[in-house]
Amino acid sequence: MTGEARKFDPAEATKFFTARGHSGWLGLTYSDHGDDWVELELPWREDLLGEEGQRVLASGPILSLMDMASGMAIWRTMDEFSAIATLDLRVDYVRPAREGASVFGRSQCYRLTRSAAFVRGLAHDGDAEDPVAHIQAVFMKIAPQSPVVPNG
Amino acid sequence: MAEPTDMDALTPYARSLGIRLERREDDGTPVMRVEFDETVEGRPGHYHGGATGGLLETAGYALLRTELERRDRSAVLKPINITVQYLAAGKSQATYAKARITKLGRRSANLTVEAWQDDPQRPIATAVMNVLMAEPQG
Repeated sequence: MTGEARKFDPAEATKFFTARGHSGWLGLTYSDHGDDWVELELPWREDLLGEEGQRVLASGPILSLMDMASGMAIWRTMDEFSAIATLDLRVDYVRPAREGASVFGRSQCYRLTRSAAFVRGLAHDGDAEDPVAHIQAVFMKIAPQSPVVPNG
Repeated sequence: MAEPTDMDALTPYARSLGIRLERREDDGTPVMRVEFDETVEGRPGHYHGGATGGLLETAGYALLRTELERRDRSAVLKPINITVQYLAAGKSQATYAKARITKLGRRSANLTVEAWQDDPQRPIATAVMNVLMAEPQG
């Protein structure tokens, strides 16, 4: 958290984005944020299990969690809300999430250009030092940006 | 009898998201379908990237299970990774997906998957995924 007042508040924005739609269906909630990163929480749910016979969260919800956390991290870094679209998203599932545990998705926007936003992040189930997944993604801005800077 | 049933192809997550088996192609490849409704909606009127990704993964697992059953192989499928390319915005209509097995090894499989809406020749998203095939109860 920084002392600087910013326009884009991830905690408030999460309430808005998770009021309905896919994020609302998943039940995503705000967890934490920094200058250029946002962490969201995906609570445990029985109906999001993957392979039959295993008590393991499916990979799909983790992909959705990271996509949403990445978008939030980009808006936080831009400090405004503008339309963006996922261009490319890679998820490495390094271990199964623990049964019954919430999964937290933390994504950081490490580079913002005039037209693209680059993010990386991880998903963990309580200890960020022991992730369940790593991600890397690129988003494109789809709305025309107002101030066009030559080095974007 | 290794005829795959419809439900075998779907995880609880996929069923919950509203994905179902649309049809099988002549070679048995499952074509998965999801209707546009609030559970898949991101930006108003468009698919959430996560929902599209979930459909792609589901089509990948469905084909891999079909192929393993055909070969009388049993395995517990575990995700290794997935890379999704989003090519066009998913509009408010049904989306379909089907996979192709690029390499079926003993311990892992590599698949490519495509999702489309109006025209299979114009995919809205594609994915490459690697899946671990572990020994049952291993």
